[in-house]
Amino acid sequence: MANLHISISAEPIFHLGNLAITNSMFVSWLVTIGLSAFAIYASRKISPTKKPHGLQAFLESIIESLFGLVSSVTGDRRAKEIFPYIATFFIFILLGNWVGLLPGVGSIGFDHLENGQAVFVPLLRGATADINITLGLAIVSVALIQYVGLKNLGLRYLVKFVDFSSPIRFFIGILELIAEFAKIISFAFRLFGNIFAGEVLLAVMAFLVPLLAPLPFIGLEVFVGFIQALVFAMLTLVFMNLAAVAHSEEHAT
Amino acid sequence: MPDSLVVGLTIAIGGIGPAIAIGLIVSRAMDAIGRNPEATPKIQTNMILGVAFAEAIAIYALVIALVLHFT
Repeated sequence: MANLHISISAEPIFHLGNLAITNSMFVSWLVTIGLSAFAIYASRKISPTKKPHGLQAFLESIIESLFGLVSSVTGDRRAKEIFPYIATFFIFILLGNWVGLLPGVGSIGFDHLENGQAVFVPLLRGATADINITLGLAIVSVALIQYVGLKNLGLRYLVKFVDFSSPIRFFIGILELIAEFAKIISFAFRLFGNIFAGEVLLAVMAFLVPLLAPLPFIGLEVFVGFIQALVFAMLTLVFMNLAAVAHSEEHAT
Repeated sequence: MPDSLVVGLTIAIGGIGPAIAIGLIVSRAMDAIGRNPEATPKIQTNMILGVAFAEAIAIYALVIALVLHFT
């Protein structure tokens, strides 16, 4: 296993003052800039028309299917509020997963001297193949869940966590509070684990049989990247919907 | 670096639970599709979501194994 390069954490590629910029961070910035530029360009191009074609038809089909997914869980009333969060998570994570599969990502890099030994540092690395990025996404997701809950229910939302009406309810409140933090951990590790494991799988396959053998696995990773983006978005959606519905309302409907 | 036996056992034992879970999920989904073939797309999406959740447990074990092996 001489030239098999696997690093569990993202490597710093350059420093801004004291802040180390890692390759995953750099790629996630590229994805963000690319998405924003595309969104600005596309919003100038589209116009309300009866027969969309080309770019507009493509965008409308994406937005419509995502909106359909959201409204199938929340119902039409709340869908407009929750949809932007879910769509943003989905599109960003999807591209973050797929960017790691592009040729050159993880293979183009430079040698860095460390303790007198040359260590290979790739210039680019899949955005979500870094625990810091997925942890950040998970924290934003769970914070948004709390925000949606507070916005829809006001202070009644907090009754879920602090309830003095009976000792059992108080204990359940503590469990609910722990569950919120467990959500962060499970969101972060699920996404990171899947994408990082995919990169390791591809690296090992390319190491064992360089010709043709990694091809089906790249197909598998495209699928896994899509499914994991969908899972992240779906879970956020379901938790947001749960947070926005009062406990008493839940039984009435 | 721990024994490679430990690394192997981590993923081997960690894979048992998710394997059973995925088997159960898919077998029930196939039952449902057999009974009601028109509902295939709906069942399939939910099945894949469920499989992804079960698979996540195996992935946790895999991450631990990788951390043990490479650090």
